[in-house]
Amino acid sequence: MNWTFFHKLGSPKWFYDISGKLLPWFIFFGFSLLIAGMIWGLAFAPKDYQQGDSFRIIYLHVPSAILAQSCYMMMAAAALVSLVWKMKLADVFIYSAAPIGALFTFLALFTGAVWGKPTWGTWWVWDARLTAMLVLLFLYFGVISLQSALEDAQLASKATSILVLVGVVNIPIIKYSVDWWNTLHQPATFKLTEKPAMVPEMWIPLLVMVIGIYCFFTAVILMRMRNEILLRERKTKWVDALL
Amino acid sequence: MTNTSNSLSSVLKVILVREYLCASRHRQAFINPLVFFAIIIALFPLGVSPEPGFLSLAAVGVVWVGALLSSMLSLDNLFMKDYEDGSLEQMVLSAQPLYLILLVKSFVHWTLTGLPLILISPLLALMLHLDFQHLPVLLLTLIMGTPVINLIGGIGAALTVSLRSSGVLVSLLVLPLTIPVLIFGSGAVQASIDGSVINGHLAILAMLLMLSLTLAPFATSAALKLSVSN
Repeated sequence: MNWTFFHKLGSPKWFYDISGKLLPWFIFFGFSLLIAGMIWGLAFAPKDYQQGDSFRIIYLHVPSAILAQSCYMMMAAAALVSLVWKMKLADVFIYSAAPIGALFTFLALFTGAVWGKPTWGTWWVWDARLTAMLVLLFLYFGVISLQSALEDAQLASKATSILVLVGVVNIPIIKYSVDWWNTLHQPATFKLTEKPAMVPEMWIPLLVMVIGIYCFFTAVILMRMRNEILLRERKTKWVDALL
Repeated sequence: MTNTSNSLSSVLKVILVREYLCASRHRQAFINPLVFFAIIIALFPLGVSPEPGFLSLAAVGVVWVGALLSSMLSLDNLFMKDYEDGSLEQMVLSAQPLYLILLVKSFVHWTLTGLPLILISPLLALMLHLDFQHLPVLLLTLIMGTPVINLIGGIGAALTVSLRSSGVLVSLLVLPLTIPVLIFGSGAVQASIDGSVINGHLAILAMLLMLSLTLAPFATSAALKLSVSN
Protein backbone atom coordinates (compact mmCIF):
# COMPACT_ATOMS: atom_id res chain seq x y z
CA MET A 1 0.00 0.00 0.00
CA ASN A 2 1.17 3.48 -0.78
CA TRP A 3 1.52 5.54 2.40
CA THR A 4 2.62 8.79 0.75
CA PHE A 5 -0.71 10.47 1.42
CA PHE A 6 -0.33 9.70 5.13
CA HIS A 7 3.07 11.37 5.30
CA LYS A 8 1.80 14.29 3.29
CA LEU A 9 -0.86 14.78 5.97
CA GLY A 10 2.01 15.75 8.24
CA SER A 11 2.59 18.85 6.16
CA PRO A 12 0.33 21.77 7.05
CA LYS A 13 1.14 23.47 3.75
CA TRP A 14 -0.05 20.46 1.71
CA PHE A 15 -3.19 20.23 3.83
CA TYR A 16 -3.84 23.94 3.43
CA ASP A 17 -3.64 23.68 -0.35
CA ILE A 18 -5.76 20.56 -0.70
CA SER A 19 -8.38 21.63 1.83
CA GLY A 20 -8.74 24.94 0.02
CA LYS A 21 -9.73 23.01 -3.11
CA LEU A 22 -12.13 20.68 -1.27
CA LEU A 23 -13.78 23.26 0.93
CA PRO A 24 -16.21 24.78 -1.65
CA TRP A 25 -17.49 21.27 -2.47
CA PHE A 26 -18.20 20.43 1.14
CA ILE A 27 -19.93 23.77 1.66
CA PHE A 28 -22.03 23.23 -1.48
CA PHE A 29 -23.00 19.62 -0.70
CA GLY A 30 -23.47 20.32 2.99
CA PHE A 31 -25.92 23.14 2.46
CA SER A 32 -27.79 21.57 -0.45
CA LEU A 33 -28.23 18.24 1.35
CA LEU A 34 -29.27 19.94 4.57
CA ILE A 35 -31.81 22.14 2.82
CA ALA A 36 -33.15 19.26 0.71
CA GLY A 37 -33.33 16.88 3.68
CA MET A 38 -34.96 19.51 5.87
CA ILE A 39 -37.69 20.34 3.34
CA TRP A 40 -38.24 16.65 2.52
CA GLY A 41 -38.37 15.62 6.16
CA LEU A 42 -40.42 18.51 7.49
CA ALA A 43 -42.91 18.89 4.66
CA PHE A 44 -43.17 15.67 2.64
CA ALA A 45 -42.31 12.73 4.90
CA PRO A 46 -45.41 10.92 6.23
CA LYS A 47 -46.69 11.58 9.74
CA ASP A 48 -45.88 9.17 12.52
CA TYR A 49 -49.02 7.21 13.42
CA GLN A 50 -48.43 7.71 17.14
CA GLN A 51 -46.45 10.91 17.52
CA GLY A 52 -47.98 12.88 14.66
CA ASP A 53 -45.94 15.81 13.42
CA SER A 54 -43.85 16.11 16.57
CA PHE A 55 -41.62 13.25 15.44
CA ARG A 56 -40.25 15.47 12.65
CA ILE A 57 -37.64 16.91 15.01
CA ILE A 58 -35.92 13.56 14.48
CA TYR A 59 -34.47 15.09 11.29
CA LEU A 60 -32.39 17.43 13.42
CA HIS A 61 -32.07 15.35 16.59
CA VAL A 62 -30.66 12.10 15.20
CA PRO A 63 -28.05 13.64 12.85
CA SER A 64 -26.69 15.91 15.57
CA ALA A 65 -26.61 13.05 18.09
CA ILE A 66 -24.75 10.80 15.64
CA LEU A 67 -22.30 13.57 14.84
CA ALA A 68 -21.79 14.47 18.50
CA GLN A 69 -20.72 10.92 19.28
CA SER A 70 -18.64 10.27 16.19
CA CYS A 71 -16.89 13.63 16.58
CA TYR A 72 -15.45 12.40 19.88
CA MET A 73 -14.35 9.16 18.21
CA MET A 74 -12.62 11.16 15.46
CA MET A 75 -10.91 13.26 18.12
CA ALA A 76 -9.74 10.07 19.83
CA ALA A 77 -8.31 8.75 16.56
CA ALA A 78 -6.57 12.10 16.04
CA ALA A 79 -5.27 11.96 19.62
CA LEU A 80 -3.71 8.57 18.96
CA VAL A 81 -2.13 9.86 15.74
CA SER A 82 -0.86 12.92 17.58
CA LEU A 83 0.75 10.90 20.36
CA VAL A 84 2.17 8.14 18.17
CA TRP A 85 3.25 9.99 15.02
CA LYS A 86 3.47 13.50 16.51
CA MET A 87 1.49 14.97 13.64
CA LYS A 88 0.78 18.65 14.01
CA LEU A 89 -2.42 18.40 11.98
CA ALA A 90 -3.96 15.94 14.42
CA ASP A 91 -3.52 18.50 17.22
CA VAL A 92 -5.09 21.15 15.02
CA PHE A 93 -8.01 18.81 14.35
CA ILE A 94 -8.67 18.15 18.05
CA TYR A 95 -8.42 21.85 18.79
CA SER A 96 -10.89 22.69 16.04
CA ALA A 97 -13.30 19.81 16.60
CA ALA A 98 -13.88 20.04 20.36
CA PRO A 99 -16.12 23.16 20.39
CA ILE A 100 -18.09 21.88 17.40
CA GLY A 101 -18.60 18.51 19.06
CA ALA A 102 -19.78 20.25 22.22
CA LEU A 103 -22.17 22.35 20.16
CA PHE A 104 -23.72 19.33 18.43
CA THR A 105 -24.00 17.50 21.76
CA PHE A 106 -25.87 20.47 23.13
CA LEU A 107 -28.05 20.59 20.02
CA ALA A 108 -28.88 16.89 20.40
CA LEU A 109 -29.79 17.40 24.07
CA PHE A 110 -31.83 20.51 23.29
CA THR A 111 -33.80 18.98 20.41
CA GLY A 112 -34.26 15.88 22.57
CA ALA A 113 -35.77 18.02 25.32
CA VAL A 114 -38.10 19.72 22.82
CA TRP A 115 -39.09 16.30 21.48
CA GLY A 116 -39.49 14.84 24.95
CA LYS A 117 -42.06 17.42 26.03
CA PRO A 118 -44.92 16.26 23.72
CA THR A 119 -44.01 12.54 23.68
CA TRP A 120 -42.89 11.82 27.28
CA GLY A 121 -44.63 14.82 28.84
CA THR A 122 -41.43 16.23 30.32
CA TRP A 123 -38.42 18.25 29.16
CA TRP A 124 -35.87 16.09 30.86
CA VAL A 125 -35.71 12.60 32.30
CA TRP A 126 -32.70 10.93 33.87
CA ASP A 127 -32.71 8.28 31.22
CA ALA A 128 -29.59 6.36 30.27
CA ARG A 129 -28.99 7.78 26.81
CA LEU A 130 -29.78 11.34 27.85
CA THR A 131 -27.42 11.06 30.79
CA ALA A 132 -24.70 9.54 28.62
CA MET A 133 -25.02 12.49 26.22
CA LEU A 134 -24.85 14.89 29.15
CA VAL A 135 -21.65 13.21 30.33
CA LEU A 136 -20.30 13.46 26.78
CA LEU A 137 -21.00 17.20 26.92
CA PHE A 138 -19.03 17.39 30.18
CA LEU A 139 -16.15 15.49 28.53
CA TYR A 140 -16.12 18.02 25.69
CA PHE A 141 -16.11 20.86 28.22
CA GLY A 142 -13.17 19.24 29.98
CA VAL A 143 -11.21 19.04 26.73
CA ILE A 144 -12.00 22.66 25.86
CA SER A 145 -11.08 23.99 29.29
CA LEU A 146 -7.83 22.01 29.44
CA GLN A 147 -6.89 23.41 26.02
CA SER A 148 -7.46 26.96 27.13
CA ALA A 149 -5.91 26.56 30.60
CA LEU A 150 -2.48 25.39 29.41
CA GLU A 151 -0.67 28.29 27.83
CA ASP A 152 2.14 26.40 26.16
CA ALA A 153 0.65 25.24 22.83
CA GLN A 154 2.77 22.11 22.62
CA LEU A 155 1.88 21.02 26.15
CA ALA A 156 -1.79 21.93 25.63
CA SER A 157 -2.20 19.77 22.55
CA LYS A 158 -0.37 16.74 23.98
CA ALA A 159 -2.21 16.96 27.30
CA THR A 160 -5.51 17.23 25.46
CA SER A 161 -4.65 14.14 23.42
CA ILE A 162 -4.06 12.15 26.61
CA LEU A 163 -7.31 13.40 28.10
CA VAL A 164 -9.27 12.52 24.95
CA LEU A 165 -7.84 9.00 24.98
CA VAL A 166 -8.62 8.54 28.67
CA GLY A 167 -12.13 9.74 27.89
CA VAL A 168 -12.61 7.33 25.02
CA VAL A 169 -11.60 4.38 27.19
CA ASN A 170 -14.21 5.54 29.68
CA ILE A 171 -17.05 6.21 27.24
CA PRO A 172 -18.14 2.55 26.86
CA ILE A 173 -17.91 2.04 30.63
CA ILE A 174 -20.00 5.14 31.27
CA LYS A 175 -22.44 4.10 28.57
CA TYR A 176 -23.01 0.63 29.98
CA SER A 177 -23.16 1.94 33.56
CA VAL A 178 -25.94 4.38 32.82
CA ASP A 179 -27.65 1.79 30.59
CA TRP A 180 -27.88 -0.52 33.52
CA TRP A 181 -28.78 2.30 35.83
CA ASN A 182 -31.88 3.53 34.04
CA THR A 183 -33.47 3.36 30.63
CA LEU A 184 -36.50 4.89 28.89
CA HIS A 185 -35.20 6.20 25.56
CA GLN A 186 -36.21 4.38 22.36
CA PRO A 187 -33.39 2.25 20.87
CA ALA A 188 -31.06 3.69 18.23
CA THR A 189 -32.75 4.65 14.97
CA PHE A 190 -30.00 3.48 12.65
CA LYS A 191 -28.10 0.27 13.12
CA LEU A 192 -25.51 -0.82 10.60
CA THR A 193 -26.52 -4.47 10.86
CA GLU A 194 -30.29 -4.20 10.59
CA LYS A 195 -32.87 -2.64 8.35
CA PRO A 196 -34.40 0.47 9.93
CA ALA A 197 -37.83 -0.02 11.51
CA MET A 198 -39.19 3.07 9.75
CA VAL A 199 -40.67 3.18 6.27
CA PRO A 200 -38.27 4.36 3.52
CA GLU A 201 -40.21 7.63 3.04
CA MET A 202 -39.25 8.49 6.58
CA TRP A 203 -35.64 7.29 6.83
CA ILE A 204 -34.36 8.36 3.42
CA PRO A 205 -34.70 12.08 4.25
CA LEU A 206 -33.08 11.27 7.60
CA LEU A 207 -30.15 9.67 5.79
CA VAL A 208 -29.89 12.75 3.58
CA MET A 209 -29.75 14.90 6.70
CA VAL A 210 -27.06 12.71 8.28
CA ILE A 211 -24.86 12.90 5.17
CA GLY A 212 -25.58 16.61 4.89
CA ILE A 213 -24.60 17.28 8.47
CA TYR A 214 -21.34 15.36 7.98
CA CYS A 215 -20.54 17.51 4.92
CA PHE A 216 -21.40 20.62 6.90
CA PHE A 217 -19.22 19.44 9.80
CA THR A 218 -16.33 18.74 7.42
CA ALA A 219 -16.68 22.20 5.89
CA VAL A 220 -16.70 23.93 9.28
CA ILE A 221 -13.79 21.81 10.52
CA LEU A 222 -11.75 22.57 7.41
CA MET A 223 -12.38 26.29 7.82
CA ARG A 224 -11.40 26.24 11.48
CA MET A 225 -8.35 24.07 10.79
CA ARG A 226 -7.15 26.31 7.96
CA ASN A 227 -7.50 29.31 10.22
CA GLU A 228 -5.64 27.60 13.05
CA ILE A 229 -2.89 26.39 10.71
CA LEU A 230 -2.26 29.93 9.51
CA LEU A 231 -2.07 31.07 13.12
CA ARG A 232 0.29 28.31 14.24
CA GLU A 233 2.50 28.46 11.13
CA ARG A 234 2.58 32.25 10.93
CA LYS A 235 6.36 32.33 11.22
CA THR A 236 6.95 30.04 8.24
CA LYS A 237 7.86 31.22 4.75
CA TRP A 238 4.86 29.73 2.95
CA VAL A 239 2.35 31.55 5.16
CA ASP A 240 4.37 34.71 4.70
CA ALA A 241 4.24 34.28 0.94
CA LEU A 242 0.53 33.50 1.07
CA LEU A 243 -0.61 36.58 2.98
CA MET B 1 26.13 -3.86 38.24
CA THR B 2 23.76 -4.06 41.16
CA ASN B 3 20.79 -6.36 41.23
CA THR B 4 17.95 -4.40 39.58
CA SER B 5 15.07 -6.02 41.44
CA ASN B 6 16.84 -5.17 44.66
CA SER B 7 17.37 -1.57 43.72
CA LEU B 8 13.79 -1.29 42.44
CA SER B 9 12.36 -2.42 45.76
CA SER B 10 14.73 -0.13 47.65
CA VAL B 11 13.71 2.84 45.48
CA LEU B 12 10.06 2.09 46.07
CA LYS B 13 10.70 1.79 49.79
CA VAL B 14 12.51 5.13 49.84
CA ILE B 15 9.58 6.73 48.05
CA LEU B 16 7.09 5.12 50.42
CA VAL B 17 8.93 6.46 53.48
CA ARG B 18 9.46 9.85 51.87
CA GLU B 19 5.78 10.25 50.97
CA TYR B 20 4.69 9.54 54.55
CA LEU B 21 7.37 11.86 55.89
CA CYS B 22 6.28 14.70 53.57
CA ALA B 23 2.64 14.10 54.48
CA SER B 24 3.41 14.20 58.20
CA ARG B 25 4.85 17.69 57.70
CA HIS B 26 1.67 18.92 55.99
CA ARG B 27 -1.00 17.29 58.11
CA GLN B 28 -3.55 20.04 57.53
CA ALA B 29 -3.66 19.30 53.80
CA PHE B 30 -5.06 15.87 54.58
CA ILE B 31 -7.39 16.94 57.38
CA ASN B 32 -9.13 19.66 55.37
CA PRO B 33 -10.80 17.30 52.85
CA LEU B 34 -12.19 15.28 55.77
CA VAL B 35 -13.70 18.36 57.35
CA PHE B 36 -15.06 19.32 53.94
CA PHE B 37 -16.63 15.85 53.68
CA ALA B 38 -18.32 16.25 57.06
CA ILE B 39 -19.59 19.72 56.12
CA ILE B 40 -21.10 18.47 52.84
CA ILE B 41 -22.92 15.73 54.76
CA ALA B 42 -24.21 18.30 57.24
CA LEU B 43 -25.45 20.58 54.46
CA PHE B 44 -27.97 18.07 53.09
CA PRO B 45 -30.23 17.79 56.16
CA LEU B 46 -29.99 21.57 56.54
CA GLY B 47 -30.70 22.33 52.91
CA VAL B 48 -33.21 19.64 51.95
CA SER B 49 -34.94 18.08 54.92
CA PRO B 50 -33.97 16.81 58.39
CA GLU B 51 -36.77 14.26 58.26
CA PRO B 52 -35.36 10.74 59.03
CA GLY B 53 -37.48 9.04 56.35
CA PHE B 54 -36.02 11.24 53.61
CA LEU B 55 -32.49 11.14 54.98
CA SER B 56 -32.33 7.36 55.16
CA LEU B 57 -33.33 7.24 51.48
CA ALA B 58 -30.79 9.86 50.47
CA ALA B 59 -27.97 8.77 52.81
CA VAL B 60 -26.10 6.51 50.37
CA GLY B 61 -26.05 9.03 47.56
CA VAL B 62 -25.09 11.88 49.86
CA VAL B 63 -22.18 9.96 51.39
CA TRP B 64 -20.94 8.88 47.96
CA VAL B 65 -21.21 12.35 46.41
CA GLY B 66 -19.49 13.80 49.47
CA ALA B 67 -16.69 11.25 49.15
CA LEU B 68 -16.27 12.09 45.45
CA LEU B 69 -16.15 15.85 46.02
CA SER B 70 -13.76 15.73 48.95
CA SER B 71 -11.45 13.37 47.03
CA MET B 72 -11.24 16.05 44.34
CA LEU B 73 -9.98 18.54 46.94
CA SER B 74 -7.05 16.40 47.99
CA LEU B 75 -5.85 15.72 44.43
CA ASP B 76 -3.69 18.86 44.54
CA ASN B 77 -1.55 17.19 47.21
CA LEU B 78 -0.65 14.37 44.88
CA PHE B 79 1.97 16.03 42.63
CA MET B 80 1.93 19.80 43.30
CA LYS B 81 4.61 19.95 46.01
CA ASP B 82 6.85 17.45 44.19
CA TYR B 83 6.49 19.45 41.00
CA GLU B 84 7.45 22.70 42.71
CA ASP B 85 10.56 21.38 44.47
CA GLY B 86 11.75 19.34 41.49
CA SER B 87 11.50 15.89 43.03
CA LEU B 88 8.84 14.95 40.50
CA GLU B 89 11.41 15.52 37.78
CA GLN B 90 13.76 13.11 39.53
CA MET B 91 11.05 10.48 39.68
CA VAL B 92 10.35 10.85 35.98
CA LEU B 93 14.09 10.68 35.19
CA SER B 94 14.68 7.76 37.53
CA ALA B 95 15.83 4.48 36.01
CA GLN B 96 13.01 2.65 37.77
CA PRO B 97 9.61 2.39 36.10
CA LEU B 98 7.49 5.46 36.72
CA TYR B 99 4.44 3.19 36.65
CA LEU B 100 5.42 1.49 39.91
CA ILE B 101 6.54 4.71 41.54
CA LEU B 102 3.12 6.17 40.77
CA LEU B 103 1.37 3.12 42.18
CA VAL B 104 3.29 3.58 45.44
CA LYS B 105 2.43 7.27 45.50
CA SER B 106 -1.23 6.50 44.84
CA PHE B 107 -1.26 3.91 47.57
CA VAL B 108 0.19 6.33 50.11
CA HIS B 109 -2.23 9.02 48.98
CA TRP B 110 -5.14 6.61 49.37
CA THR B 111 -4.11 5.57 52.89
CA LEU B 112 -3.98 9.26 53.84
CA THR B 113 -7.16 10.47 52.11
CA GLY B 114 -9.39 7.54 51.17
CA LEU B 115 -8.88 5.47 54.29
CA PRO B 116 -9.69 8.23 56.84
CA LEU B 117 -12.72 9.10 54.76
CA ILE B 118 -13.89 5.49 54.91
CA LEU B 119 -13.25 5.43 58.66
CA ILE B 120 -15.45 8.45 59.41
CA SER B 121 -18.16 7.58 56.88
CA PRO B 122 -20.06 5.10 59.17
CA LEU B 123 -20.47 7.88 61.72
CA LEU B 124 -21.78 10.32 59.12
CA ALA B 125 -23.99 7.66 57.51
CA LEU B 126 -25.57 6.94 60.88
CA MET B 127 -26.22 10.67 61.32
CA LEU B 128 -28.14 10.42 58.02
CA HIS B 129 -30.19 7.55 59.51
CA LEU B 130 -28.77 4.88 57.24
CA ASP B 131 -29.81 1.53 58.64
CA PHE B 132 -27.02 -0.06 60.67
CA GLN B 133 -27.16 -3.35 58.80
CA HIS B 134 -26.23 -1.69 55.47
CA LEU B 135 -23.05 -0.11 56.84
CA PRO B 136 -20.78 -3.06 55.89
CA VAL B 137 -21.90 -2.81 52.26
CA LEU B 138 -21.32 0.94 52.25
CA LEU B 139 -17.84 0.44 53.68
CA LEU B 140 -17.06 -2.30 51.18
CA THR B 141 -18.11 -0.13 48.22
CA LEU B 142 -16.09 2.78 49.57
CA ILE B 143 -13.03 0.56 50.03
CA MET B 144 -13.30 -0.57 46.42
CA GLY B 145 -14.39 2.78 44.99
CA THR B 146 -12.11 5.36 46.58
CA PRO B 147 -8.89 3.90 45.08
CA VAL B 148 -10.51 4.17 41.64
CA ILE B 149 -11.32 7.82 42.27
CA ASN B 150 -7.74 8.40 43.43
CA LEU B 151 -6.23 6.65 40.40
CA ILE B 152 -8.44 8.44 37.85
CA GLY B 153 -7.92 11.68 39.75
CA GLY B 154 -4.18 11.16 39.42
CA ILE B 155 -4.50 11.51 35.64
CA GLY B 156 -6.26 14.86 36.03
CA ALA B 157 -3.75 16.04 38.62
CA ALA B 158 -0.84 15.04 36.36
CA LEU B 159 -2.31 16.86 33.36
CA THR B 160 -2.77 20.10 35.28
CA VAL B 161 0.27 20.00 37.57
CA SER B 162 2.03 22.78 35.66
CA LEU B 163 -0.81 25.22 36.36
CA ARG B 164 -0.68 27.53 39.34
CA SER B 165 -4.27 27.01 40.41
CA SER B 166 -5.91 23.93 39.01
CA GLY B 167 -8.62 23.24 41.58
CA VAL B 168 -11.82 23.54 39.57
CA LEU B 169 -10.23 22.33 36.34
CA VAL B 170 -9.17 19.00 37.89
CA SER B 171 -12.70 18.39 39.13
CA LEU B 172 -14.09 19.28 35.71
CA LEU B 173 -11.77 16.76 34.04
CA VAL B 174 -12.10 13.97 36.57
CA LEU B 175 -15.68 13.97 37.88
CA PRO B 176 -17.35 12.88 34.60
CA LEU B 177 -14.96 9.93 34.45
CA THR B 178 -15.87 8.79 37.95
CA ILE B 179 -19.60 8.48 37.24
CA PRO B 180 -19.50 4.65 36.91
CA VAL B 181 -17.94 4.38 40.38
CA LEU B 182 -20.73 6.51 41.81
CA ILE B 183 -23.43 4.50 40.02
CA PHE B 184 -22.24 1.09 41.16
CA GLY B 185 -21.00 2.22 44.57
CA SER B 186 -24.29 3.72 45.62
CA GLY B 187 -26.17 1.14 43.53
CA ALA B 188 -24.78 -1.72 45.61
CA VAL B 189 -25.93 -0.15 48.88
CA GLN B 190 -29.29 0.71 47.35
CA ALA B 191 -29.68 -2.91 46.22
CA SER B 192 -28.84 -4.07 49.72
CA ILE B 193 -31.52 -1.72 51.12
CA ASP B 194 -34.01 -3.07 48.59
CA GLY B 195 -33.08 -6.58 49.67
CA SER B 196 -31.77 -7.70 46.28
CA VAL B 197 -28.41 -9.20 45.37
CA ILE B 198 -25.38 -6.96 45.43
CA ASN B 199 -22.86 -9.29 43.81
CA GLY B 200 -23.26 -7.78 40.35
CA HIS B 201 -22.56 -4.25 41.55
CA LEU B 202 -19.58 -5.40 43.59
CA ALA B 203 -18.19 -7.38 40.64
CA ILE B 204 -18.34 -4.31 38.42
CA LEU B 205 -16.74 -2.16 41.12
CA ALA B 206 -13.95 -4.73 41.34
CA MET B 207 -13.56 -4.61 37.57
CA LEU B 208 -13.31 -0.80 37.68
CA LEU B 209 -10.69 -1.12 40.40
CA MET B 210 -8.64 -3.62 38.38
CA LEU B 211 -8.94 -1.55 35.18
CA SER B 212 -7.84 1.65 36.88
CA LEU B 213 -5.02 -0.09 38.74
CA THR B 214 -3.60 -1.41 35.49
CA LEU B 215 -4.40 1.42 33.05
CA ALA B 216 -4.54 4.71 34.96
CA PRO B 217 -0.83 4.80 35.94
CA PHE B 218 0.08 4.58 32.24
CA ALA B 219 -1.95 7.69 31.44
CA THR B 220 -0.66 9.43 34.56
CA SER B 221 2.98 8.74 33.72
CA ALA B 222 2.47 9.93 30.14
CA ALA B 223 0.88 13.12 31.48
CA LEU B 224 3.63 13.64 34.04
CA LYS B 225 6.42 13.19 31.48
CA LEU B 226 4.67 15.82 29.39
CA SER B 227 4.16 18.28 32.24
CA VAL B 228 7.72 17.91 33.50
CA SER B 229 9.36 18.23 30.09
CA ASN B 230 7.86 21.67 29.52
